[in-house]
Amino acid sequence: MSYAKLSRDQIAQRIARDIPDGAYVNLGIGMPTLVANHLPKDREIILHSENGILGMGPAPAKGAEDWDVINAGKEPVTLLTGGAYFHHTDSFAMMRGGRLDIAVLGAFQVSVSGDLANWHTGEKGAIPAVGGAMDLAVGAKNVWVMMEHLTKTGESKIVPKCTYPLTGLGVVKRIYTDLAVIDLTPRGLVARDLVSGLAFDELQRLSGVTLLPADKKAA
Amino acid sequence: MIDKIAASAEAALADVKDGATILVGGFGGSGVPEELIDALIAQGARDLTIVNNNAGNGEVGIAALLKAGRVRKIVCSYPRQVDSHHFQALYRARKVELELVPQGTLSERMRAAGAGIGAFYTPTGYGTDLAKGKETRMIGRRGHVLEYPIRGDVALVKAERGDRWGNLVYRKSARNFGPTMAMAAACTIAQVYDVVPLGALDPESIVTPGIFVTRVVKVPRAQRKAA
Repeated sequence: MSYAKLSRDQIAQRIARDIPDGAYVNLGIGMPTLVANHLPKDREIILHSENGILGMGPAPAKGAEDWDVINAGKEPVTLLTGGAYFHHTDSFAMMRGGRLDIAVLGAFQVSVSGDLANWHTGEKGAIPAVGGAMDLAVGAKNVWVMMEHLTKTGESKIVPKCTYPLTGLGVVKRIYTDLAVIDLTPRGLVARDLVSGLAFDELQRLSGVTLLPADKKAA
Repeated sequence: MIDKIAASAEAALADVKDGATILVGGFGGSGVPEELIDALIAQGARDLTIVNNNAGNGEVGIAALLKAGRVRKIVCSYPRQVDSHHFQALYRARKVELELVPQGTLSERMRAAGAGIGAFYTPTGYGTDLAKGKETRMIGRRGHVLEYPIRGDVALVKAERGDRWGNLVYRKSARNFGPTMAMAAACTIAQVYDVVPLGALDPESIVTPGIFVTRVVKVPRAQRKAA
């Protein structure tokens, strides 16, 4: 059977659909920022930016940028009505103190035990930069990873043990890929919402770590 | 009478010494005290340790300080940006030392310095390369890393308005590291666009109380530009 991988926007749509009304959410730089474009209009979801914004809104119209209102990726954003500004230590208290319901982060690798590697390739000569990744990894109540299932060369990014430098140990609760959604549960990695036409056995073959099929009725 | 208003950025920075640790506010291009950094370059202090979230952008601010060869070490969380070429070149040539710190730990280490804390344990970074060589401890079945304060000899911060007692308010997300750095240095110098009379700042809304501020410098309001 043939199947089509999800686009990055389609993965973002899936994630947005799963964020409940009233949630405080941090979207990591890179791919996860796409989630903001798909948040359901009928839910109040409050986006946090590490540089001191709660209630972050969409990008401003061209010409209306205020360079004192930027996101973690240093791009101009806006403040929603009811939003707040605060300083860095307060902002990271929200992150490290367990106030954020969900952090959506990109990743190079996630291990079966939920170890996250997303800050550094470890390549010789590469300049290391961590930003707020380690703070979010240990501080958010739920760390969701958004990534392609396979590397460009076809290797699984879900691995028995991370080979890239770690960001946090045992922190990931759920992985959204272009092939499926995988929950890290006490009984193991449970795969659900496989893309149309993708058989569980094929996903298992591609993944290189043991997956459990989700109970269809429960999904 | 207390009057912390300095005549100029040059006058405010005159006593910065070689080898000083300088906390510099800003996140990307927002909240960067560019006029104070320009004055620091002109002042000539060298062998500096610079604490900032980033490692300079483009040709201005910390990038210009790096280019001028005044920086021995950078303590930051995110030195890898598309326009941080001056840092990258010096780092690759081993002409500047880098201490990479998770952003929340960077902020909390400065808060700790400001609050008289000897050290603290945090789960951030536990089990990672950034905890190598550091003391760790299990607290509540969770691994923690012992982190020490970062104290500045000088802090350079950008605020929007200030008064002669040193009370400060900021603008939007340009606030970022300002209030924490102001607490964490022996000498805090704030640049502001407006110096207002005592009482003009709403006491309910003052973000940095003047006790944390040593000098206030008024700078002209420049055309805001992209980061």
